[in-house]
Amino acid sequence: MTAADATIASRPRVLPAWKRLLLSEYLVLVLTIFYFVVMWTIVPEIAAADTLLDILSAMMPLLVVAIGQTFVLIVAGIDLSAPSIIAMASVVGASVMTGDAGYANGSGVEILAGIVAFLAVGSVIGVFNGLCTTRFNMPSFIVTLTTMMFFSGAAIWYTTVHTDASSIGNLPRTFIEIGQGRIAGLPFSLGVVLVVAGIAHFILSRTVYGRWLYAVGLNPKAAAVSGVPVRNVIFWAFVISGVCAAISSILYTGRLETGTPVLGQRILLDVVGAAVIGGVSLFGGKGKILWTIFGVLFLTVIDKSLQLMGLPIASVFAIKGSIILAAAIIDATRHRLLVRG
Amino acid sequence: MTATTQAARDAANTAGRPLLKVEGLCKSFFGVEVLHKVGFSLQAGRVLGLVGENGSGKSTTMNIIGGVHQMDAGQIQFDGAVYRPKGPRDAARQGIAFIHQELNLFRNLSIAENLFITEFPKLVPGLPFIDRSAARKRAAELLAAVDLDLSPTTLVNKLSQGERQLVEIAKALGAKAKVIIFDEPTTSLTTRETDRLFDIINRLRAQGIAIIYISHILADVMRLCDNITVLRDGHVVCSALKSDMTIERMISMMVGRSIDQLFPPRDYAAPKGDPVLDVAGITQRGTVKDISFTLKAGEVLGISGLMGAGRSELARILFGIDPYSSGEIKIGGVAITAPTPSVCMDHGMAFLTEDRRAEGLMMEAAIDTNIALSSLQNYAGGLGGMIDRGRLAGDVQKMSTSVQISAKDIVRTLVKNLSGGNQQKVVIGKWLLRDPKVFILDEPTRGIDVGAKNEVYKIINSLAAGGAGILMISSELEELVGMCDRIMVMAHGEIRATYERGSFDREELLRAAMWDGIRSSSK
Repeated sequence: MTAADATIASRPRVLPAWKRLLLSEYLVLVLTIFYFVVMWTIVPEIAAADTLLDILSAMMPLLVVAIGQTFVLIVAGIDLSAPSIIAMASVVGASVMTGDAGYANGSGVEILAGIVAFLAVGSVIGVFNGLCTTRFNMPSFIVTLTTMMFFSGAAIWYTTVHTDASSIGNLPRTFIEIGQGRIAGLPFSLGVVLVVAGIAHFILSRTVYGRWLYAVGLNPKAAAVSGVPVRNVIFWAFVISGVCAAISSILYTGRLETGTPVLGQRILLDVVGAAVIGGVSLFGGKGKILWTIFGVLFLTVIDKSLQLMGLPIASVFAIKGSIILAAAIIDATRHRLLVRG
Repeated sequence: MTATTQAARDAANTAGRPLLKVEGLCKSFFGVEVLHKVGFSLQAGRVLGLVGENGSGKSTTMNIIGGVHQMDAGQIQFDGAVYRPKGPRDAARQGIAFIHQELNLFRNLSIAENLFITEFPKLVPGLPFIDRSAARKRAAELLAAVDLDLSPTTLVNKLSQGERQLVEIAKALGAKAKVIIFDEPTTSLTTRETDRLFDIINRLRAQGIAIIYISHILADVMRLCDNITVLRDGHVVCSALKSDMTIERMISMMVGRSIDQLFPPRDYAAPKGDPVLDVAGITQRGTVKDISFTLKAGEVLGISGLMGAGRSELARILFGIDPYSSGEIKIGGVAITAPTPSVCMDHGMAFLTEDRRAEGLMMEAAIDTNIALSSLQNYAGGLGGMIDRGRLAGDVQKMSTSVQISAKDIVRTLVKNLSGGNQQKVVIGKWLLRDPKVFILDEPTRGIDVGAKNEVYKIINSLAAGGAGILMISSELEELVGMCDRIMVMAHGEIRATYERGSFDREELLRAAMWDGIRSSSK
């Protein structure tokens, strides 16, 4: 660290403030704040305490999936199955806990059993994705595309077997509190997410496994020759992504009070988009939890602001698309600047 | 050969004027002068060798002649007129062809399509319809001119590296080039392909084409060139006839000091220690057959052989990257039953691969990240395998200093911005951080300049002196003869001969490597 500090101090060339901002890893956060301030003048409600809390709770489940996705993106893979894991875990978990003939209903440990069911679904699908990708050398795009299709369908089928309705309701109150409850005015889910983000950050920045993830993403051949167990590293990235999707499913299911097979259908592009806007590279080897958090915050603020403006859904998509494009252009400019030094 | 050569040379001499004359060439990048008043001249039917260390200005000079860069000052006369190309295409049109180290062919296209990619013969002039039969016929003629017996419709990705090079030459001939520039043409060629290339170059010379030949392989330069120009730090240090030049003189002018010993001395008589690597009967179908040898502590054991003899394949098997069907490997006396890189590393083995860009380095990462990669577990402990970042950073910094990587800041400098020699030192540093007992080096000095080579040799010597066993694969015979205690020669996947220091004989070594070729030709 001291070596780096010394270089900064001794470097004679001082970049102008706007360039330093453009190159800073906080750029997305700054853009978000800028956007927020502009929106404030158009829709003042956005700064109301309730709206802010709303943004915060809306962010949480998305953030957990995006954190899992970050691991897979760093090893130059992609996990398209995250939404279907959310859906499948939601209906399986709900079917265990529900008061309407749930498998563990009345056992006294139904919530614990339910949560275990959520996590089990996430890890099993993650293990499957990881095995196919590493043992058969299949591209993760194809593997997770097929698991996404399969489990999206399976979740609906599972629901119809269990109930006549399109979702599984009547969940225990305490479970719903995980998604909706507040402690000292802050969403309970915030606590869950902070723990997940903290662990993820620790793994990426402080552990051998974290360094291996980046190495595999940067050059898998060189990593293998340097003794990195490349297959295991990739395998565990998919398992982590699956478990994160399952945790996210717990938060979503609690928020909606039902287990639904269509949960998370629309979030796939938000998840990948948020990570990439934050600065995670689709080509692997580059990414930080902090960047992903900024990306998710950015997307959520845009969503909420457009919602508040009361625009029709078609315009919301178009505007959201344009804003993401603008952010991507700024990001590309910044890479050009970086290359030039 | 002699008649035409003589005619061409006479023509050039009577004209009394060189075909290409470069004078006072200056070029700066970002305020740093890389060429200072560079000048030389070249006559038709002559081969000019251009040598110098990496960064001496060879490539910049050629890029200016090839139209890639524009000169800041100076003048080039070409074919009796002032020559100032606007770009590579303009240079090609005026008759200067540049055959780059990384060949610029489209691998997914056929030979004929590659030959005419800029100018296809048209069915009707002015209309965009390709005359395929004319293209094939013309391509066949050009291929015949370079002795390439292949159909013009063959896809380029089916060709070997040497054949691709011949296609590039055919392309230059097709463009009616008067000057052909070769940049390190033999680095990825086999000996036989190199011989073939030299035959073709001699034929081009006889046809009155002028050649500029850039290479690190000084023996090739001596063998091929008529004139030799040595560059150092953007200055021409010497231009001389080959007859006035020796390899030793070239080296001392390239480095600016006399490297009285390119190969630093080691106490070869020092007693060797216990065996650190025992290999018995290693066989893998199609690559290596019944390989057995013992490497002792403190020994430098060389493996010589032609490309494709199975040397790199053997190294990859020993390090657990590729499988083998039978045989036994012992590292430090311990039998390794299921070798993988991490198992071999745990027993004290290290492996520097032949291709450092593809398999040795994370090009987009910083120096420190690369050096740390294979040692991370030695710095982890406690809760969840947390890395002791302070201790790691300290040791990585020490290592970087001890292998003399020249970069201001190892945390910020990306490996892709380093020279070849410094990149190789990063790979070496990565392995030295593990303090290896057996170090397999596959082409450790490929593509690095003389100064960096010397530093790599010093590192190898100090490792051997410290009790490590070194297995060194190299295609440069000089290097093996200069460095090794013993040299094994491989051919067709087998060890054909082993020589002890003192009985090294270059011809003998070469003969052993080409044993099959000699045997079959004598039949």
